[in-house]
Amino acid sequence: MRSINKDSPKKIAEVIEASATQFSAQCYELYEIPPLGSLVRTGDIYGVVAGAETTSLEPGRKPIARGKDEASEEAVYESSPQLAKLLRSELTAAVVGFKNGDKVVQYLPPQPARIHGFVYLCQPDEIRDFSRSFGFLNTLIDADLPVPDEEVVAATLRQMSQAHGDSRTFLVAAGKELAALLSNDYLRLKNILGRLTPA
Amino acid sequence: MVENLKLGIVTAASLEKGVDVRLDAPVSVEDMVVGRYVTIEGQKRRFFGMITDVSLGVTDERLAISPPDVNDPFIADVLTGTSTFGTIHVTPMLTISGDAKAVLEGPQPVKTIPAHFAAVNLASEQDIENVFGKEDKERFNIGNPLDMETKLCLNLVELVKRSNGIFGKSGTGKTFLTRILLIGMLQKSQAVNLVFDMHNEYGWIGTREGGGTAKGLKQLFPAKVAVFTLDEESSRRRKVSTDFVVKIGLNEIMPEDISILRSTFNLTDLAVEAAYQLYKILGHDWLNKVLNLGEEELEELLKGATIHEGSFENLKRGLGSIGRLGFVVPEAKGDSVKNILDFLLQGRNVVLEFGRYQEIGAYLLVANLLSRRIYSRYKEQMEEAIAVDNEALKPRPLVITIEEAHKFLNPEVADKTIFGTIAREMRKYNVSLLVIDQRPSGISEEVMSQMGTKITCLLDNERDIDSVLAGVSGKNELKSVLSRLAPKQQALIFGHAVPMPVAFQPVAYDAKFYASLTGAGQKSTTEQVEKDIEELWK
Repeated sequence: MRSINKDSPKKIAEVIEASATQFSAQCYELYEIPPLGSLVRTGDIYGVVAGAETTSLEPGRKPIARGKDEASEEAVYESSPQLAKLLRSELTAAVVGFKNGDKVVQYLPPQPARIHGFVYLCQPDEIRDFSRSFGFLNTLIDADLPVPDEEVVAATLRQMSQAHGDSRTFLVAAGKELAALLSNDYLRLKNILGRLTPA
Repeated sequence: MVENLKLGIVTAASLEKGVDVRLDAPVSVEDMVVGRYVTIEGQKRRFFGMITDVSLGVTDERLAISPPDVNDPFIADVLTGTSTFGTIHVTPMLTISGDAKAVLEGPQPVKTIPAHFAAVNLASEQDIENVFGKEDKERFNIGNPLDMETKLCLNLVELVKRSNGIFGKSGTGKTFLTRILLIGMLQKSQAVNLVFDMHNEYGWIGTREGGGTAKGLKQLFPAKVAVFTLDEESSRRRKVSTDFVVKIGLNEIMPEDISILRSTFNLTDLAVEAAYQLYKILGHDWLNKVLNLGEEELEELLKGATIHEGSFENLKRGLGSIGRLGFVVPEAKGDSVKNILDFLLQGRNVVLEFGRYQEIGAYLLVANLLSRRIYSRYKEQMEEAIAVDNEALKPRPLVITIEEAHKFLNPEVADKTIFGTIAREMRKYNVSLLVIDQRPSGISEEVMSQMGTKITCLLDNERDIDSVLAGVSGKNELKSVLSRLAPKQQALIFGHAVPMPVAFQPVAYDAKFYASLTGAGQKSTTEQVEKDIEELWK
């Protein structure tokens, strides 16, 4: 059994589907999905939020429009409190590395995540620790993701840069790594860099 | 400048074409200058090479087609050194192996190439010193390699063993370079110099480009230099203290001397031929007779000779202009050649000033005539010394400096003039040439190929560049260095006396330099004293 770190922050979701390269998790609260590109962890496995959706609990049953007589969107949920239980938010995370003992490694773990494993949102300390090297960029670029990988890579780096004091330096270093990885595909590189530019 | 700055890594190499180096991201391509030295750290040996080309590279061609927004500093930062990068092309020149034996042997010509990804550094001052050596009793500091503080030292003992050339367009600093080199020879080698000083630049005082004057050799080394003049009046006017006035007797001029004046005096081949015939018939005094005898007398004398009248007139016109030169007298009283030789054999350098006779005809005539006779005396002495196998009897090595060399050494006359012979036979008789010229393409290929060391300032004529660099390995690379030299005070030296070609800035010829000359003299005496003391206690 993998041990759960006592200091970890609050769990936000639970794994409901897992493969070697990705896992999906249902969020405990409707709409409380971590932002695209966030670093999450289940057990020892690290993933990057690469997709999210909110759907009906039952695949065959579509929600119906309820707000015709309501003043605001919030009022829809207030007048039908069961809605929060009939809908669910899910995230898909691309596996980017795992903890091997004390060491963080940035390649695929030997086994996929466990179903019902709790998913935690990583805190700045852990993000800094993880993003000391950029090996995960290669995994992300090659992953088969529900969202265009340029978007995911850019979002991930933007998210990570917030955990670093000097976010520009971090982004330049990451950009250089990308430039090396995408040396024969300038257009992809350009797309990603365009999405990285600090405001 | 940072010592041993890492520039990048080797990405491709070929012994023939040179080494491609990809620059590291922090190295600005604009800091890379053609002509700079780099070292390449191979696994077993170090390579020493020169930057011969600088270029830009991209990893993806599309980058060049739709360039990124470089105004965005972030994009620029990311792409510099990754997708876009600088490359330099290095021509390896020497290798220095790691083992002890190789250290003793010193740098060797390059016969292999470094492995992939070998680190490339900017050569440090120490590296340069290892290759070119320190200033010592044989080596003379002639300047600094471009963009470096290190002294570039030339082994002058090696240098004077062969004929050498100084080339460059007019106004690029040939004269200063020559002065420096002459001073170097004066100080560090056993050789004596005979300078045919066409423009009165070397003896007492010289001019500076853009006004001012420069001290000549005699001002700096009064004991070692004698100034001879062809034009006493001009020397007196310029307040030059001369040691001897050279006069050329008509009886000293031989048909050989006429033949090199052919194109200068517009003589036909037949006219030159006629000169030989006249000499045969009239003897030593032929020129005097041709110029001064009446027509009838001459006709009498030349009866039976088959000299075409037209040729004779042609020749006579040419000879007439020789006769009108002020320093030409019917019969020379003192023996100029003997005088010059006496000075030379005593180890005193002779500068022959031409005063107002700066036309090329006078220069050709005098330089050729004197050199021919001096050379034959040298040859005799040398042969005598060889016959009795006595090293001490051999005359001192003699270096003859000539300007406008293409007039002496062009393919037409190189075979006929004494200078062609000297250039080809080299040091067999201890006489070599220092050739100064602005049109090296005019010099015969054979002579050019025999020159040991060539120093060239900026040249921009394709043919001149080709002829100077003919036969040098890495010619194309050197070409790009040569044609990019600054128009003044930069030069490229290559050949026998230097282990590898080097672009350099000659030492400034100023008060500081004068002082260093006398300073160096003092230093060497103290060194000598120290050495003597050491010997004493052995």
